[in-house]
Amino acid sequence: METKLPPASTPTSPSSPGLSPVPPPDKVDGFSRRSLRRARPRRSHSSSQFRYQSNQQELTPLPLLKDVPASELHELLSRKLAQCGVMFDFLDCVADLKGKEVKRAALNELVECVGSTRGVLIEPVYPDIIRMISVNIFRTLPPSENPEFDPEEDEPNLEPSWPHLQLVYEFFLRFLESPDFQPSVAKRYVDQKFVLMLLELFDSEDPREREYLKTILHRVYGKFLGLRAYIRKQCNHIFLRFIYELEHFNGVAELLEILGSIINGFALPLKTEHKQFLVRVLIPLHSVKSLSVFHAQLAYCVVQFLEKDATLTEHVIRGLLKYWPKTCTQKEVMFLGEMEEILDVIEPSQFVKIQEPLFKQVARCVSSPHFQVAERALYFWNNEYILSLIEDNCHTVLPAVFGTLYQVSKEHWNQTIVSLIYNVLKTFMEMNGKLFDELTASYKLEKQQEQQKAQERQELWQGLEELRLRRLQGTQGAKDGPLPRPTPQVAASGGQS
Amino acid sequence: MAGAAGPRAAPGAAGGDGDDSLYPIAVLIDELRNEDVQPPLESLATVEETVVRDKAVESLRQISQEHTPVALEAHFVPLVKRLASGDWFTSRTSACGLFSVCYPRASNAVKAEIRQHFRSLCSDDTPMVRRAAASKLGEFAKVLELDSVKTEIVPLFTNLASDEQDSVRLLAVEACVSIAQLLSQDDLEALVIPILRQAAEDKSWRVRYMVADKFSELQKAVGPKITLNDLIPAFQSLLKDCEAEVRAAAAHKVKELCENLPTEGREAIIVNQILPYIKELVSDTNQHVKSALASVIMGLSTILGKENTIEHLLPLFLAQLKDECPEVRLNIISNLDCVNEVIGIRQLSQSLLPAIVELAEDAKWRVRLAIIEYMPLLAGQLGVEFFDEKLNSLCMAWLVDHVYAIREAATNNLMKLVQKFGTEWAQNTIVPKVLVMANDPNYLHRMTTLFCINALSEACGQEITTKQMLPIVLKMAGDQVANVRFNVAKSLQKIGPILDTDALQGKVKPVLQKLGQDEDMDVKYFAQEAISVVAQRLRKLDVLVKDREEPRIPGADKNLFLIPRGPGEDTGKGPACQLHVNTRDTLAQLEIAELVHFLQSRE
Repeated sequence: METKLPPASTPTSPSSPGLSPVPPPDKVDGFSRRSLRRARPRRSHSSSQFRYQSNQQELTPLPLLKDVPASELHELLSRKLAQCGVMFDFLDCVADLKGKEVKRAALNELVECVGSTRGVLIEPVYPDIIRMISVNIFRTLPPSENPEFDPEEDEPNLEPSWPHLQLVYEFFLRFLESPDFQPSVAKRYVDQKFVLMLLELFDSEDPREREYLKTILHRVYGKFLGLRAYIRKQCNHIFLRFIYELEHFNGVAELLEILGSIINGFALPLKTEHKQFLVRVLIPLHSVKSLSVFHAQLAYCVVQFLEKDATLTEHVIRGLLKYWPKTCTQKEVMFLGEMEEILDVIEPSQFVKIQEPLFKQVARCVSSPHFQVAERALYFWNNEYILSLIEDNCHTVLPAVFGTLYQVSKEHWNQTIVSLIYNVLKTFMEMNGKLFDELTASYKLEKQQEQQKAQERQELWQGLEELRLRRLQGTQGAKDGPLPRPTPQVAASGGQS
Repeated sequence: MAGAAGPRAAPGAAGGDGDDSLYPIAVLIDELRNEDVQPPLESLATVEETVVRDKAVESLRQISQEHTPVALEAHFVPLVKRLASGDWFTSRTSACGLFSVCYPRASNAVKAEIRQHFRSLCSDDTPMVRRAAASKLGEFAKVLELDSVKTEIVPLFTNLASDEQDSVRLLAVEACVSIAQLLSQDDLEALVIPILRQAAEDKSWRVRYMVADKFSELQKAVGPKITLNDLIPAFQSLLKDCEAEVRAAAAHKVKELCENLPTEGREAIIVNQILPYIKELVSDTNQHVKSALASVIMGLSTILGKENTIEHLLPLFLAQLKDECPEVRLNIISNLDCVNEVIGIRQLSQSLLPAIVELAEDAKWRVRLAIIEYMPLLAGQLGVEFFDEKLNSLCMAWLVDHVYAIREAATNNLMKLVQKFGTEWAQNTIVPKVLVMANDPNYLHRMTTLFCINALSEACGQEITTKQMLPIVLKMAGDQVANVRFNVAKSLQKIGPILDTDALQGKVKPVLQKLGQDEDMDVKYFAQEAISVVAQRLRKLDVLVKDREEPRIPGADKNLFLIPRGPGEDTGKGPACQLHVNTRDTLAQLEIAELVHFLQSRE
């Protein structure tokens, strides 16, 4: 068959194997995979934000707001707002540079104007403002470039249109914070749907955007009383989905931070809704894999709740014990940290309720082979308040931890841990010498009994072994006998030689 | 046994402690299948942990089948209703999965109630519940009367498909497949298609992705007429979607879409309406899109026939063969057989070769491995002459690759080639080159000779094995590296069955006996193992062997027999002992061996 194709470049055939037996050094690929992955050029894909507008009009700079007489100000303002509603393609960084610059300048001016000029925010501009903001910020977030995006390890994907987006957010913030701002007018436009879309944006990978969103949502929560319950409910949905369905949402830390300050402002007595939020959302949030990303904010929320209502303490601590990490030491350290924060604010009456299960867990942590876990647990004894709680309840706490501490002090591989434990045992001794002596004695007795048992067991096995050997000799002697006997397997190989 | 404990579990107990651990319980209870277990299952169906809940629902669904219609209404339906009106979202999500199992056997009054419950869950306040309802919508539609489907399901579907949350909307796309199967063409066109069209242009890429991903199912469900009028335009827009994820999902479906088009006029539709879009995807900016396309594009040639393939597809194949991304090229090469059937591979061979050569030398060993695996196929299609001229040297170069997996694959590849091209070809082209490597300074390459011989001896037959291979193997018994020596023993054991008595008795046995006295423990062990196998073979060949030295059972040396040795086991012998890689040439072990070799070569 004839080929129609032009001959391709001749392949470079590798030299025959017989002649060059050693692979050329440049073929060694070694362990460069990680670096390759890093060096990989960023996958360029268009963002969902910018879906081409077919009638892209040319933007022409408008006169400055400060240059027009007050009578024309609002007309110009709404033209500027309309101008800022035009979207640009930021993935093509050279496309329509002039238009981008016009919009940037207009946004800058709007930010300036809304922040400093009084009397600008009159009722008719509200819809224009909200429309401009909505058009710019509300978009479907693009798929993550890296499906296994790890917020601790990987570089986040930054929003390409940030030069404009930042100004829009800034404008939004100043708008909300303006002394002229009237929530009663704005609530017609900032409605539930608006808030829902705002919340969806918290999934953005860009930390700068989430930072703005955090402040904005906080202001919205503060100014729009009618939306408060709705915001809390939608946050719940986001968290529940995050815990039980997806395990992926970038803005958990930011949402928790807002909720922390919201919890701070809860009226007493707490509503059932709020308690349910603590028990069914905040506590289960501890079980999520990526806990480290938002743990500080989560612990803050939990402590806020306990400061509000101490009767929740038992529920919280038992919840934490239920979700206590079994294999992840990094998380265990975080749990211990949170537990100390809780103990810092615990009421003695509550401490009594949970001391036993809690200190059993602490003892387990002290005996962890991971020294950071053990160390973190032992630091509890450096805390004056915790120490005083232990002292008040030493008849319960000491027996719960003593055996473990004593044993670990003899066995732990890490010298720092051993010396920390010695200190702890010393404080115990000073705390209640009599109890300490009793516990030491009973511990030693227990150990002795254990040893004795072990010895007995070993003697039993030895006896069995001897018995077996004797029988073995017996069977070998009787090998030629008339009756075939079941011979142990070991005998077979002996017979061969 | 487990059953005794199951039913007694108080309903309130579930959800008490560590919800994950309840999963096996939910599984166990499933095996009881008794209405007694309904209460615990009901409470398991309300826990937060999704796996537990799903399993509990699955079990409840099975139980429902065991009920008589009367018992179903007396015991099961009330349970479903309780769940459906539970306070916490978990029970309501569980209820969504239970409607369809009790509906068909319920009385009309109860049916109306069930529909009412389902309706309210479809507009539940919680998105989790709406998601559950949307995912069960199709299933529920199937058990409903056709009238109810039209009057009730379609409005629900319409609502869910325009839900404020994209996670709900995308599930409605799935339901669309089931609903479309139930309705007549007219109803479809009036009620469902507008929504489907809207989903294909949804502002959320996740919904559009779902449409692309379910495209074949949708196509089958709506039938050929609607496909031509509505789905093809939708597909075109998915192929040029702004998100790469969507384009890749659509590209994956290209072949299936074309296959399922009505045969009449199919070629014209593909050429005029699909191919222009595919052409653009070939030069897409995203490698996942290109590689998705490359994995199916070859399949179009059988649909389009020879002329269209040459005119329209060939340029695309050639472009993809030169793609910068190895995965794209690999996907093309791995599907060559489709094209071969239609136009013959010669059309491509000129472009194929550079692509193969480049892949063969790719820096990533997995890419090299992938291309090796296609070698026998390529060889078969390109013919022996082309192969000798262009590809043979590649195959030999792989034998000295620095990654064991590649050398191993290269060895197997040779065997398959010999099976394809015959022994004479092997004798002239492969065997001499393999045997030369026996003198290589690198012991890993010398071992490769042995591995090749292991693989090739059977395919080459007795004569070549005895005359050409055996002498080399025997010579290598004197190698200074223990690994080579014990591999000689292993090779002799392997090729023993092919040799005749004379060779075994006269040549193999003395060498093995000498190796059996080797100073190295591993060599000794494998030699002894080989000796016993060879002896058996000899006995089979009906030769009386009354040699005193005969089978020395390895068990004589107890330690040797009982303990499987791994690298580094006998620590007393210095670093060299790490070379004693044991029987199975696993990758890990070989990598250790290579590492040691690497260190040595640096010294």
